[in-house]
Parts: sequence; structure tokens; C-alpha cells
Amino acid sequence: MKALRKLMTSALVLGCATVVVASPAIAWQPNKPIDFIIMAGKGGGADKMARLMQGIVEKESLAGRPLVPVNKSGGSGAEALMAAKGANDPDHTIMVTLNSFYTTPLRQPGLEVDVLTFAPVARMAEDTFLLWVHADTGITTFEQWLDVAREQGSKWVMGGTGSNSEDNIITDFLNTNYSLSMKYIPYKGGGAVAKDVAGKQINSSVNNPSEAIGFWQSGDMVPLVAFTNERLPMFPEVPTLREKGGEFSYFMQRSVVGAPGMSEEARAYYTELFTKVYNSEDWQAYKSKKSLMGDLMSGDQLSDYWRNQRDNHEQILRSSGAIR
Amino acid sequence: MDILFSLFDGILIALQPMNLGLAVLGVVIGLFVGAMPGLGSVNGVAILLPFTFVIQGISGDATSPMIFLAAVYYGAMYGGAISSVALGIPGASTAVATTFDGRPLALQGKAHIALMAAALASFAGATVSNMMFTGFAPMLASVALDFGNPEIFALMLLAFATFAGLGGDDFPKTVFSICFGLALSAVGFDIISGEPRLIFFDIQGFSHGIRFLVLAIGIYGISEMLWTMNASRGKSSMSKVEVSFASMTNALVRFREAWRGTLIGSVIGFFVGILPAAGATPASLMAYGVTKMTSRDGDAYGKGAIDGVAAPEAANNSASTGAMLPMMTLGIPGSPTTAVLLAGMVIWGLEPGPLLFSAQPDFVWPLIGSFYISNFIAVLVNIAFIPLFLWMLRMPFSILVPLVFVLSLVGTYAAYMNMFDVWLMVLVGLGGFFMRMLDYPVAPAVLAIVLGPIAEPTLRQTLLQYETFTIFFTRPIAGPITVTAIILILLPGLRLLWRHWRAARVGTAGS
Amino acid sequence: MRRAEIITAFILGLFSVYLMWKSGEPPAWNPDAARFDNIGYDDNGAPGSGFWPFWLGVIMLGSCIWTGINWALRRTPASVSTAPFLDSYGWKMLLTVGGGLIGFLLVIEFLGFYAAMLTFLVYYIRFIGRHGWAVTLSIATAVPVVCFFFFDIAMRIVLPKGYSEPLFIPLYDIFL
Repeated sequence: MKALRKLMTSALVLGCATVVVASPAIAWQPNKPIDFIIMAGKGGGADKMARLMQGIVEKESLAGRPLVPVNKSGGSGAEALMAAKGANDPDHTIMVTLNSFYTTPLRQPGLEVDVLTFAPVARMAEDTFLLWVHADTGITTFEQWLDVAREQGSKWVMGGTGSNSEDNIITDFLNTNYSLSMKYIPYKGGGAVAKDVAGKQINSSVNNPSEAIGFWQSGDMVPLVAFTNERLPMFPEVPTLREKGGEFSYFMQRSVVGAPGMSEEARAYYTELFTKVYNSEDWQAYKSKKSLMGDLMSGDQLSDYWRNQRDNHEQILRSSGAIR
Repeated sequence: MDILFSLFDGILIALQPMNLGLAVLGVVIGLFVGAMPGLGSVNGVAILLPFTFVIQGISGDATSPMIFLAAVYYGAMYGGAISSVALGIPGASTAVATTFDGRPLALQGKAHIALMAAALASFAGATVSNMMFTGFAPMLASVALDFGNPEIFALMLLAFATFAGLGGDDFPKTVFSICFGLALSAVGFDIISGEPRLIFFDIQGFSHGIRFLVLAIGIYGISEMLWTMNASRGKSSMSKVEVSFASMTNALVRFREAWRGTLIGSVIGFFVGILPAAGATPASLMAYGVTKMTSRDGDAYGKGAIDGVAAPEAANNSASTGAMLPMMTLGIPGSPTTAVLLAGMVIWGLEPGPLLFSAQPDFVWPLIGSFYISNFIAVLVNIAFIPLFLWMLRMPFSILVPLVFVLSLVGTYAAYMNMFDVWLMVLVGLGGFFMRMLDYPVAPAVLAIVLGPIAEPTLRQTLLQYETFTIFFTRPIAGPITVTAIILILLPGLRLLWRHWRAARVGTAGS
Repeated sequence: MRRAEIITAFILGLFSVYLMWKSGEPPAWNPDAARFDNIGYDDNGAPGSGFWPFWLGVIMLGSCIWTGINWALRRTPASVSTAPFLDSYGWKMLLTVGGGLIGFLLVIEFLGFYAAMLTFLVYYIRFIGRHGWAVTLSIATAVPVVCFFFFDIAMRIVLPKGYSEPLFIPLYDIFL
């Protein structure tokens, strides 16, 4: 049925294209609005970033047809993955992804999604994680934090976005490697977590800088340690966990992917489009202001990166008992 | 005093010709987007966001684009009431409580009174909210921080309690309806365990949950329509409204009767609106419930009480302004719409958060000034358009009905961009018709599907963190709210017992 | 009416049982977990994922049984009513209108929203509403055109077009 439909559609498109456009064969161009699936709900970090990308595309008139953002946050990204997998027209379907791109197919094998079938358009950035506490706790170093958290045991409450998510993975790492028994409370979004740390409803969090920056500037929240390889330019006085002897760093990818089955020509078009977005002033300014890391990556390089990340996550989730 | 000067300056900036023009344009666009079932302020704001970059290119600062989006936001909030009253379908979740009395009023040929009351109450609500915002923004931001999970759950309990009397006469059917809505709100994905759940018949479409508008448009757009057609034998049951100067002034005068609902709605709306997890929908439902509960003539509600239109409309507009507060002072959006506004502010180079007021006063005060101006323009534009919407009601029933169906289907698709939801909406509508015929009350189910997704996670997060139910009573803010809610829930039962006991005493005394 | 009351209560009761059964389902990644493991408190001392829907299902079942008791004791208006649930007019209305809506949906799947709107409006206004062709056709063509400009062009909400999509490509070329 679907195959027939696709066949008929493409035949009709071809027919019409030759009649109406009748231009010589040029590089692939979109001829209708592009579905721009966002793998997260409205207002989250991924959503803000996707809308920024869309805004840059509009502002600089980079694409011949508009990007139409569609939020599909259901099932921790499962809805978005299924929508992209079943897209009627993969050449006009792209998606903004985060790390649930790897974890959701692992946790929900019934979806039968293989991340490597998605077209590697561009990795736009990697978001970073820091450990935050409220300033009133008086804690200023990671060692102090360890002492207090260890002493409090399961009374020490860590908030984070979602279950078996990035935040949960980091919390699990801290618990196992520093003999802590913090309690992890899953929230719907990072903004709510930061708000509850600032409101002293919970004790600490591993928010992205973009989520906690406001409370950091106002002096409510204090970063203790960064889960990166090098210190962040924005927080030069905050040490990395590696400096503290921990063999661990963790990033959140912010990538644009094409629906499975996208033609190579279309993939090349979108890669070029998002390369322009990446190089734009606005994107670079946003990256430095929100303390994002990671350079542009696309094509086979990006596929390899995904393969590594997926295997890595499979290991992490298996060892924490979230999958078998 | 400083505040007043800053505000005055801000209003002057908002009154500059270009900003004023943008505000008018924004309000008109917002009004029509909001009046379309399925589309709400979030669609209007999201779609016009890219356009604001163009505006910023011309004006050079962030004030003009923000004024434009704020105007769209206001226009859409006003517009939501229009489809609730005129078509009987809530245009957005925020306007669902407006249908409870707006629809009966329209059926009685008093659509003009309902629309006028909605417009004026919205204006009053937004004005009260604006004044609170101006005076106490930084202080109130810290109140929002004091509301953790236990407090939000207690508040949801209170929202339910105010609706204890909303059901029909048939007790088991009312209970079924509430639980049905609450259970459906759990369908999809469980954020606490990180697992999909209740994927009925393993159909993947359920994995994103059963959305509010699927239920609301299905019930109000399809079931109610079918029920009306069956009851009226396909003849229009709508009394025609004369569109004249006299009928409009009459509507204006009748607004007097709605001062109580307007006041209650404005206050509740603001305080519920500033809480990031709550928002305008619970606010409008609570305002309706409280107004009805405190009324001497509670039975008139649901049958066309003007207060019943004014309260939720005052509340949802008040809450929408209130929701700007955590967005601007904490950087946390209280609703999808403020989330998009927040994204916009970041792109325009602003940094919402605790320091916004002190670090960027050049932006904040014109914006607050523009709230006042946009609100004022919105009420004028809205009243000017009322005759147009009334004219829509004069269409023959056999043309209006198919148009409502078309809007229901398109609106559901537009809201969620998903054919599965459109199918589900129609099936809910057809199934709902049978339940409607048998007196299963629908309002409790709709209420439950709004509150359920807030109540369940906060309950479980609280129990996960504190491991005890007593926390709902021992926390300084949650405690009183919980106790009030429980008293309100038990009240009808207690009243019955009291009467019983008194009757028995009078009986024994007599003999 | 009396028969419809008990049949509906029975169907809703069945749904409640299904809901309870479904609530206790083990997660997809771990099918060996016991059913109904998650409806009580979990290891963390908080309610599991099935807690909320399961117990709501129990209450729903209870209220259906209560409705059944009311029915048996003839305590509610619906349980004593001898009027038919729907008379011949009602059934005809439900079939023509409800059937029309299902047809609307089916046409959307094949030909997209705009063609479906046109078909449905012609069907309803001409054959149910019995208006003249002039009225019918003017409304039936005006609505899709207005909707196209409002949704696809102005709001950029692209409605599905099914097989009729190629017809819209030239319109995109002009308006977008």
C-alpha cells in the first residue's frame, strides 16, 4: 500500500515537475515545505535550539521552502522516531535529535528503529553538563559536595530530566563511583529542575548551562564540577571531573538528521543548509553564550560518531540495569 | 514611585506609532487564530516568531518584536472565547470552561451578551494581572519558587475540589467520568519510570498520549452537535440574535451581573498563572468552580449564567499575563506559548532570568507598558468584531454544522499534526454521543484530562522524594491547600449528614 | 433506553477491566517481569507506573457495577425509560452524519484534506441539508481555498494531501 502510494506520488511529482518547472537538471532543491520534526516538547532546550535554527534559516533566507517545526515529544522521542521512519516523503523530512536518539531505540526495541538508517545531515553542537547546588548550602567544591551527599545518603535528592536519560546516567555514575546513594527524581524538563534547585525543593542537579544560567548569574545556583574534557570558557574556575580524577565526561548531541530513505542529493542539500546555519553569526553567538561545545560534523564522520555513541549508551544502560 | 515612572516611560515607548501599529496588527491576527478551534496563542506566536526577526531588523531593538508577539498572545486569548461561545467548541484548552455557560447563552439567543461579557472580563482580568505584575514581579517570582511538587499537587486537588459539584445527578456516572479522564491522561509515556504505558491494543498512535483537544473537540465538536441535532430534529435550536446598536448596549449593561465572577477570575487567574506547572487552563477551571461554589444561585451555572462566562475568561487572561512572570523573572516558561516567547527573547539577544529586571530595564518596562496597551487594543478590536461573529451564528443550521465538522477535523490536525489524533477525535465524538444520551456528564472528564498530567507526576515525585503522604499536610503552603481541598470535597457529604441529623432531631423533638 | 443503559455500563465495565490489565503490563525491554508488578509501590518507595491507571480502573469498574445495581433496582431515569434509545430519525441522522464523518476521514487518507473538505461539504449541504447547487458549490469550493491560504500559506501548517499532492507543488512555487 505504502509502496504503491510512494510510487504513484513520485510518478505524479515527476510528471508535474517536467511540465511545470521544465528546468534543466540542477542540484536537488526542496519543492514543498520541509517537515522539521523536533524530538522534544515545546520549550525544552532542544526545542529552543530548533526554533533558533529555523529562525536563522528564515532570517537569512537560506532555504527555498519554509521549515515547518513539528514537536513530537511522545514516548521520550519514540513518536518522533516513528514519524521520521514512516515519513511519506523522506526527502522533505528532517529531525532535530538529542541523546534519546540512541537511548529510546534501545529501551523500546519494539520500535525497530536503527539509528544508522537515518541520514547524517549535521551535528550542530554538543551540550555540556555541570553539577549544581544552591548557594545557600555553602558548598563550593566538589569534595565538600561529596562529603555532604555521602553523609546525607538517600536524603540527598538529585533532580533531572526524565528517567534513564542523560541526567540519570550521570547521577548513576556518581552514585556508583563515589559510593553515594542519592535519590534521583525524574522531571519533565530541565527548566523545572533548575527552578526546584533554586527554590530549594531538591538538593542538586546536573543541568545544562543554558537551563541554569539565569540562576547562576543571580547567585542562586553554584556549579561545582563540569562533565567535560576541558574547562568551559564560560566557567573558567570550575574544574572538570577529570581533573578531580574521575574518568568520565558526558555530552548531549544536538544533531539534525534526515528521515531513513533520504536520497544522497537531498542529504547533501541539507548538510549544506545547516553548514550555513552553523557558520552564521547568530548560531556562533548562541553557542558561546550557552556554553555549547562540539564542532560541525556530517556525513560518514557523523555516522561513525553515532555508532560509537550508541554502543557506548548500550553499555551504560546495560550496566545500570535499564536494559538487558 | 520609581516603578510608576518606569511604567509611564514604558507606556510612552509602546505608544510610538510603529509599536502601536504592530500591536493592532498583532491583536487582529491573534484574534482570528485564537477563534479557530484547535489553534491557540501558541500557534499564533510560534508562526510569527520568524517574522519578528524582520521587525527587529527594522526597529533595531527587541522591544518592537516583543510587543508584536505580546499583542498576538493577547488577541488569541480573547479569541479563544469566540469559538467556545459561537460554535460551542473550546478553541483551546484555556477556553474550555467558557463553553459551560457560553454555549447555553448562545442557544438562548444571548450570544451577544456572552461575547461581550467574555471580552470585558478578559480585559478586567488582564488589567488586574498587569497591575500585580507591575507592582510585585520580583516578589512574586520567589513565591513561584516556593511551589514545589507537593504544593502543585495540593493545588490540583483543590482544583478538583472546586469542581465537586460539577457532575450530573447520577453519582456513579460522575465518578466514572472523572476517573475515565484521569486514566486517559496517563496514556502514553510515563516520565517517572521512563517507559511507555497503556498503549491500547499496541497501536503506536497512543504513544504520544490522548491529547486534551482530541477529547474536547470530539466531545464538544462532534458529540454535542449530534446530540443537538437528534434533540432538535435537525432544526436549528439557536435563537437568532439581532445585531444592532441597542442589543450591543444591552449586552454592555448586562455585564454588571458578572462583576463577582470577573473579580474572582482575575485574582485566581493571576496567582495560579504565575506557578510554572499550573497555567491558564487550571486557573480558568478553578475560577469557574469557585464562582459557582460561592454563588447563592449555584444551580444557574451550566444553564447560562453570565458569571460563568466572565469568571473563566477573566482567569485565563489574567493567568496568561501571570505566566509571563516566571518566564521573565525565572527563565521558566509556564505554558507552551511562553516557551516560544522565551525562545524568541533568547534569539533577540535577551537573557530572561532573575537579573532581567535589573540588567535590561530598557526592555522590560516598554514590554510591560505594551501589555497595558495591547490589552486595551484587544478589547476594542474584539468588541468591534462581535457583530461579525454573531453573523456567523445566523447561518442555516445545515450549513453551520458541516462547517463545524470541517473546522473540528482541520483544527485537530493543526494542533497536533497527526492523522491518528483526527481519527481518534472522531471516534471519541461518536462514542461520546452514546454516553451523552445516557447522561454521563462530560465536563468532569475534560477537567480530569487537563489536571491529570499535572497531578499524577507531582504526586509520584513527592512520594518518591519524601516517602510519606503526611508531607502534604506538614509543608507550610501545601498543608492549608490540602486541608481546604479535603473539606471542599467532603462538604456535600457533610451537608447531607447535617441535614439528616437535624431532620432526625426535629423529628424526635416533635414527637 | 433501558437496554442501552445496561449495555453501555457493561461495555464501559469491560473497558475498565482492560485498562487494569493493560496498566499491569511489564515494560517492553523486560518482558519477563511479572504482570501487575508495577501497580503498587516500587523499590524506591513510590508508586509504580501502573499505580495510577490501575486503581482508577478499579474505581471505574466499581462505578459501572453501581450503575448496574441502579439499573436492576430501576433507580435512575434511564433505567425506567421505555422510550427507544434512538428513534428512526435518530438512527438515520447518526448513520448519515457519522458515516459522512468516517467517509471524510477515508477521503483525507487518499486525497488529502482539501479534496475531502470539498466532497464532505457537497455531501452534507446538498444531500443532507438539501440546499441548491449554487449555494453548495460556492461554499464547498470557498472553504478549501480559504483554508489553504490560512493554514498552508499563512500559518505554515501543511495539511496532508495524499495523492493530490503533486497538484499543490505549483501553488507552493507561486506562494511560498
